[in-house]
Amino acid sequence: MQTNVYLYIAVMAAVTIAVRVLPLTLIRGQIRNRILRSFLYYVPYVTLAVMTFPAIMEATQAPLAGLLALAAGVLLAWFGASLFQVSVLCCVVVFAAELILVH
Amino acid sequence: MEQTPTRESETLGRSPASARRIQFREGIRDGIPIALGYLAVSFTLGIAARNAGLTAFQAMLASLLNNASAGEYAGFTLIAARASLLEMAVMMLVVNARYLLMSCALSQHLSPDTPLWQRLVIGYDVTDEIFGISIARPGYLDPFYTMGAMTVAIPGWSLGTFLGVAVGNVLPLRAVSALSVALYGMFLAVIIPPARKNRVVAALVAASFAASYAAGKLLPGVSSGMRTIFLTVGISLAAALLFPVKEETADAD
Repeated sequence: MQTNVYLYIAVMAAVTIAVRVLPLTLIRGQIRNRILRSFLYYVPYVTLAVMTFPAIMEATQAPLAGLLALAAGVLLAWFGASLFQVSVLCCVVVFAAELILVH
Repeated sequence: MEQTPTRESETLGRSPASARRIQFREGIRDGIPIALGYLAVSFTLGIAARNAGLTAFQAMLASLLNNASAGEYAGFTLIAARASLLEMAVMMLVVNARYLLMSCALSQHLSPDTPLWQRLVIGYDVTDEIFGISIARPGYLDPFYTMGAMTVAIPGWSLGTFLGVAVGNVLPLRAVSALSVALYGMFLAVIIPPARKNRVVAALVAASFAASYAAGKLLPGVSSGMRTIFLTVGISLAAALLFPVKEETADAD
């Protein structure tokens, strides 16, 4: 069974737009539930971290290159580099590492 | 994201057309660096889309309608895995849950008499970056500022994705391998600075790395999409119960 790609895209868009638009249009007051607020606060960090590692080692030709990019990216982001700078550095690290690691 | 607040920012509510135009133009100005960053990052997203079997048009459409790096990336991996539509919907809900919080925060930043259509339009593009510059505006947010930023950011994001699919395959393997980590670099730029300021977030990031790695080794049969959903809900819920955040923290950018 194969689902049409446009159906996938439609579901993606419908949920994503709803998530963004509904609070902005419906909620006028503050969310009071502390656990729910905390859960929503932590979700982005956990989900992005889970998706980054070990996937970053599987995205590159040499897993070590991905690991080095991760280390470099964490360091640069720690010291306050912008999103664009961190992205570029990760790419440069992988490119340089694979010049040595991949023949 | 330096802001140069202007006196025009004070105009809100029934702002005259000229004030709207100024807000809109300021939005465009602040949106340009965002659009350039998007162009580069969404290019690698296009490479992921191509790997999932999408055409350049389909990938561009997905970007135009979603405007979400992590969400689209997760979506493309599910398309590649031929996941069910329900799995896709749950995944989008979980991966984009942070936009729910941002949208809540942004709703507190709007004048109560902001018309519905303006709420709908700016809600369409609540991304990390657009949220960031919008929430940083002094006083009530004039939606025309956000709309100005959107008019450059959205095309940058969509065009980059299109090019990633269309041109990604003429690039040498070495370059594709290097570019494929740009997205992860962006994720790191989002999660690491708060981890520096907040020890709980730092511990959570480390725990998430470890759990994700362990789950992949121990349960190789579980799809990466389902792994992300279960780990995100489980770890975030545990953290919320163990370390409920104080009021101010949850509203912080």
